[in-house]
Amino acid sequence: MSSKRPKSKEASKIKGKGHPDYIFPLVLTSATQELFGCQADEDVTGENPYKLLKKEDIIKDMKTRASVSDFSPVKQLVLDYPEDELLLVFDRDFTYGQSFYLVLTVEAKENILKPSVEGDEEQMEHEEKEEEMIVPKTPESHPWISLGSEQEIKEESVTESRPRLRYKISPLQRRCGAPVCFSDRSAQDGKEGFVECPSYQDKSFSIREMEKHTAIQASSDTKNSSTQTLWKHPKNIWTQYEPREFSLEEKEHHLRSKNLKNFITSVLIRFEISLQQNYITDVFCDDWTALCEDEGALTGKTETQLKEYQSFMDLHFSKEKTISHVHWHPTISGVIAVAMTERLSLEERIDNSTKLLLNPSYILFWNFTDPINPQLQLECPDDVLCFQFCPSDPNIIAGGCMNGQIVLWDISAHVERLQDTRSGGKNISNKLDKNETPVVRYCAVSGIENGHKAPITDIQWLPETFELSKLGIPVENASRVSVQLVTCAPDCCVLFWDLRPPRVVSHSLTEVKQKSEEKPLENPHGVPNTFKHLNLTWKPFIRVSLPKLGSSGEYSPLKFSLRDNTVDCPSGDKPLQNAEREEGCGFAQLRVPSAKQQKPMENISTKLYVGTEDGELVYTDWKMEKDNDSGRLLSTKPIHRFLVHDTLVNTVTRSPFFKDIILTVGSFSFAIWKEGVTNGPILMSAFSRTMRTVGHWSLSRPAVFFIGKEDGSIEIWDLLQNTHEPSQSQNISSAAITCIRTSCISSKQHLLAVSDRLGTLHILQIPWTLRRSSNSERQIVRKYFEKEEERLEYFEKRQIKHEKKKKEMEAEEQRKKTELVMPLKQEEELEAEALKEYEQFLALEKDILKNMGLLNETEDSSDM
Amino acid sequence: MLQAEVEETIKRIQSQKGVQGIIIVNAEGIPIKSTLDNSSTVQYAGNVHQLLMKARGMVRDIDPQNDLTFLRVRSKKNEIMIAPGIEMYTQFLLG
Repeated sequence: MSSKRPKSKEASKIKGKGHPDYIFPLVLTSATQELFGCQADEDVTGENPYKLLKKEDIIKDMKTRASVSDFSPVKQLVLDYPEDELLLVFDRDFTYGQSFYLVLTVEAKENILKPSVEGDEEQMEHEEKEEEMIVPKTPESHPWISLGSEQEIKEESVTESRPRLRYKISPLQRRCGAPVCFSDRSAQDGKEGFVECPSYQDKSFSIREMEKHTAIQASSDTKNSSTQTLWKHPKNIWTQYEPREFSLEEKEHHLRSKNLKNFITSVLIRFEISLQQNYITDVFCDDWTALCEDEGALTGKTETQLKEYQSFMDLHFSKEKTISHVHWHPTISGVIAVAMTERLSLEERIDNSTKLLLNPSYILFWNFTDPINPQLQLECPDDVLCFQFCPSDPNIIAGGCMNGQIVLWDISAHVERLQDTRSGGKNISNKLDKNETPVVRYCAVSGIENGHKAPITDIQWLPETFELSKLGIPVENASRVSVQLVTCAPDCCVLFWDLRPPRVVSHSLTEVKQKSEEKPLENPHGVPNTFKHLNLTWKPFIRVSLPKLGSSGEYSPLKFSLRDNTVDCPSGDKPLQNAEREEGCGFAQLRVPSAKQQKPMENISTKLYVGTEDGELVYTDWKMEKDNDSGRLLSTKPIHRFLVHDTLVNTVTRSPFFKDIILTVGSFSFAIWKEGVTNGPILMSAFSRTMRTVGHWSLSRPAVFFIGKEDGSIEIWDLLQNTHEPSQSQNISSAAITCIRTSCISSKQHLLAVSDRLGTLHILQIPWTLRRSSNSERQIVRKYFEKEEERLEYFEKRQIKHEKKKKEMEAEEQRKKTELVMPLKQEEELEAEALKEYEQFLALEKDILKNMGLLNETEDSSDM
Repeated sequence: MLQAEVEETIKRIQSQKGVQGIIIVNAEGIPIKSTLDNSSTVQYAGNVHQLLMKARGMVRDIDPQNDLTFLRVRSKKNEIMIAPGIEMYTQFLLG
């Protein structure tokens, strides 16, 4: 096989140089050359090597000389040649191995001829013309022309030159299956024990490494070293400085220097100018914020109506009953107390008196969370016409009854219940108790003999800041607890009551000891012992009677109003009391202090306004005077008395914003008074068709008050808008309104409690417009009142002037009359008088002329 | 004599309505005379002095021939009026 290789190499060598198929190298003898006319170097040269031979000639030659002919190897090819002429090329350089070669195909012939021709032509063209631009052509695909590479591939491939030899080796037949006996043999026995194949260094395989790849890494030297820093522990350091100051001498030195004086005098003017500027315009007044008064009435609907919030009507207790008085609980919000009385006239009362005894009246406590069941019931001995919570202790309630007694309740035991129900009754265990309203019996009633003889129509607590002494002088209240009450009734007196036990002059110590050792009696019905000392023995300590001015008799008060009453006006200046008071301070422990210890208070006004049954408003002083003759204490005569209303006065209330403005409501009209103005009411309303039953100031707006009417409607009067008619009128119920009370639960919710004659309590929400007062409303209203006051004064002055004028006019008339009576003088006398005058005139004329020198000399000469 | 005049002038200003106090300070800011208590005086003097230097510097910087004549500091609650002297004294009162 290997021998083939060099052969193929040689063949390829030849072939590599060698001719393509269409070229056939020929050797042409000189005879043939002569014959065909292609002698070397004569007919065909290197420059013109091509010779076209005719096919017929070649065939002819072959026929004539048969095998001797040079063309014999190409005999077949020539015969196959399609055309007539064959190309014979003189190969001077022996490129194909012989001196001549024959082109066997037409195409090759063409190619050889044309390119040479073309090449000559091109060369000629090149010589003549300039170089042409060779336009690059995209190569066109030609069919693959074998250049002999196939042979190489064939030679490279390994093919079998001969069929493979097969040998089958098998052991002898007899050896198979024969028993064999194996024996051991040590490997180290002899040399043939084992075959060793040690390694040896084969020199033919030693390769000298010319190149070697190694990796190198450069790294820096690392060095470990250490240092130590000084650690200084932190220390607190402080400095202290003080401002530089001059010593006294230096200061004085400076003060004395002339420089200072000059400086001050020069600078003074500037200061005065700027101070003046500040006076002229208030620099700290921000006009922008003061411009807007209402903080955006952004509520979409301008609500002006009172919206019904809730209404309470007790089916069990308030049948045929009416509400006489309503009072909000001062501390617990959402709780309101209502006094129920019989809705009967006097005659009916007398007729049904026996039945009434069996039907006790109550004060009911309502809570907003439970509109059906009242929370608490206070039992009353008789119908309660008015009541009030004690301002210092909201668990004490005082009420005035129809029979002239004062009743006291203590609800301390049930306060948790009232407060608990506010949370909505979360305790289920309390539900059982809820179905029954607890009844609280009264703690104490006043004695009948010394009390009022007529139904008590008004009751008020005195504020805890002062109390009254025996004479009615307000003194300082050491205990800071409200201890005194004021009541009035149509029996013509105003009574002052004290809650503390009266001073008992103890004659001996033993008596006192005995009393203290006695165990207190347990009260039935679980009534607390708060007022045990008062029960049935209570009597007033001051009795103020109201004798009539200018006539005998007395006024019968229905309502009164004190100046320093803080119960109805929570917006007063006095700070709010702490709700938690010492429980141990019971009223029984308080003692009336001796008169010497008490310090009289100067600035408490002792005057009160009283509205009477006859429609008068009486301004009187409650201080008692000692009558010199009898030594008894008598009350003074009232200071003023105004008859304004035609029928009984049903409301006398003070404005919560102005201490001296009082609203009185009669049946058909109402009036606003100012304390100190004695001419008359500041404002007197027009007479209305329906009776006005009750009036109440608004707690949030100084100019607003509410009037309840007989037909069950409420008039809302806004003094800033209209003074001749109410700004709003709204119908609440069908029966007459008996009481109106306001309460401010929160700044967003102001409620109006309105009770009517049918026994229903309506709770209404006051709309935003009525509860939001503008900043300057108070001032405006005050100015309005002042203006009205001035008007009254002016009227009076005018009245006086008018009277004066009238008097003067009358006097003049009188004088005129007396003048006409004078007697006529006689005529003669008149004439005599005239003559005398004339003579006097003549004398005077003479004198003047004489003096002037105009008198005639003839007269003078005549005399001579 | 001169001292009496100074006193009188100070009293005159003090008696005007709305004036809370007067402090007279020297060029370095050390109070010489004051109608307020010591701690307030020192506090005011220290603070005002710095403000005055700054204000004066500003005025002079804008126009070297100009000088600060009066400085009023108005706050929400009150107003401080400061009058600098010619390198010598400053007086300010609180309105």
